[in-house]
Amino acid sequence: METESSISMVKILHRSPDTLELFVSGDCNLYSQAPDIRILKEELEGKNALKNLVFDLSGLNNWDSRLTTFLVACCNLCRQYEIQYDLNTLPKGLHGLIALAEAVPEKTDTRLHQNPSPFLERVGLHTQQSYQKSLEIFTFIGECLIALVRMVTGRARFRWSDVALTIQECGAEALGIVALISFLIGLILAFVGAVQLQQFGAAIYVADLVGIAMVREMGCIMTGIIMSGRTGAAFAAQLGSMKVNEEIDAFRTFGFSAVEFLVLPKMLALILMMPLLTVFADFFGILGGFVVGLGMLDLSYTEYFNETVSSISLTNFFIGIVKGSFFGILVAISGCLRGMQCGNNSAAVGLATTSAVVSGITTIIVADAVFAVLFNALKI
Amino acid sequence: MASDTPHIEVEDLTMAYGSFVCISIRRGEVFIIMGGSGCGKSTLLRHLVGLKDPSNGRILFDGVDFTNANEETRQEILRRFGVLFQSGALWSSMTLAENISLPIAEFTDLPDREIREIVSYKLSLVGLRGFEEFYPSEISGGMCKRAGLARAMALDPEILFFDEPSAGLDPISSRRLDDLILQLRDNLGTTIVVVTHELQSIFAIADNSVFLDSHSRTMKAMGNPHELLKHSHDPDLIQFLTRGQKSPTQSNQAA
Repeated sequence: METESSISMVKILHRSPDTLELFVSGDCNLYSQAPDIRILKEELEGKNALKNLVFDLSGLNNWDSRLTTFLVACCNLCRQYEIQYDLNTLPKGLHGLIALAEAVPEKTDTRLHQNPSPFLERVGLHTQQSYQKSLEIFTFIGECLIALVRMVTGRARFRWSDVALTIQECGAEALGIVALISFLIGLILAFVGAVQLQQFGAAIYVADLVGIAMVREMGCIMTGIIMSGRTGAAFAAQLGSMKVNEEIDAFRTFGFSAVEFLVLPKMLALILMMPLLTVFADFFGILGGFVVGLGMLDLSYTEYFNETVSSISLTNFFIGIVKGSFFGILVAISGCLRGMQCGNNSAAVGLATTSAVVSGITTIIVADAVFAVLFNALKI
Repeated sequence: MASDTPHIEVEDLTMAYGSFVCISIRRGEVFIIMGGSGCGKSTLLRHLVGLKDPSNGRILFDGVDFTNANEETRQEILRRFGVLFQSGALWSSMTLAENISLPIAEFTDLPDREIREIVSYKLSLVGLRGFEEFYPSEISGGMCKRAGLARAMALDPEILFFDEPSAGLDPISSRRLDDLILQLRDNLGTTIVVVTHELQSIFAIADNSVFLDSHSRTMKAMGNPHELLKHSHDPDLIQFLTRGQKSPTQSNQAA
């Protein structure tokens, strides 16, 4: 009546018609062969006569959680088939561990893995959430406006030293990357234009193309995108980790407004710096085109310079600056808003940063499209 | 203010998950909010200091309604208390001196020299004299906590709130903090509200306490913890106060 299992270390013996013996010997750990609960299950299946399970672990050598997991599974099976078992025959350490594992009953009323709620309920929930979220955005913009008004009337509590520091961080320290990117953009524009225009012998118009494109569109858009990835992300991460660390709560318990004290200096700095960075980007973009014009198209220095100067109107220049300032506001708002909305854990800081960059870039592009339509309608 | 009006009163406060709290804290006492993890004691503290708005009920300071106060009254009440957060919550972009001087500089007209002196004095009270120019990231967690206490005391508040003061402190620092709490109460008459589950602290400093139960998430008992241990019949409370060593029947026999 002996059943040999496929695993040499675990055997199930029929000691009498109503008693099974579970025999384990040798090593049973994470690096040995696996004891398989199915061999016990097969034995128990459809045999109503069985009443008892006894353990014989006398030949056991090394064991760890692998064995305990197996034995706990055995005990669960026994309870399921209403079979008596006696843990007291186990070695002392094992007995203690299994008793510990079974001391607290499994929590069955956890709601985490419940069936998904009905479709309509989820739609309703999402609608409510989107409403709440847009409400939050408008509240935040409103708070920023109030803070700006309070600053103008001299009642806002914030430190000018914070503004200066942020100006340094998002202005002076961004010069390098803004210069590099806009130089290359100017270069690319010139290349693309040169290939087409050379066919008509109109290579000189590369200067117009690069000049107008940089000043009116690319300068401010590229600066906005760089600032969103660089500064907007930094704002969100900084405010988010301050939130996790309860620093924002500390501001509130002192009666400081977090928007005035933390958001206002950042907004001010970015609104002041963006137009300047835009002009800087315009210059380097034109320089990029200039390099292509001189190096590849054999234009002379004065030719290119004169063509550029005559093509760029002051209107285009100011349109670029106005858009740049507006993009600065968008980057500051999306960075600070996502930072302030951040949850209370480190994963939330990552989400807030991502979301700040994504919403920053999206709003910049959307706003630029709106500007394009608007200026077209106004014939500027 | 007559001494028999409660300094802080919580009237029928209903917190987010529907628990119901009603407590009153007298002037100049050390009041402990205790209970197991997840019982809502930190949430109660956040309601008390105005970081969360109650869904129902109200909180009064010296009989003045804080929950429904207008902005001006609210600011005036906020000025009267200090909060020590669990990790200190120092502003990480500022030095310790700037952390402590910021509220003083914003809310008073003192000259810089005097503010510097006050800052040094507050830091020496918590044993951090000479650390003025350090940033929070340059000092240990326990020191951050003490610096946080110095900042909470910056404006000489009438009420101090402590969120888990002994969490993350070694036994000796924790004991020193307890002593400091008692000194503040005895010498300045500060009302002190402490959220903790540290039994040794509870028995050492508490004048009065409230026990929040983690299963029902409501307040179960109020009173001095020594008295509660002697006279209470509530099994959860007795288990909590004896680290689960005494079953209720045993303690009743002892009483």
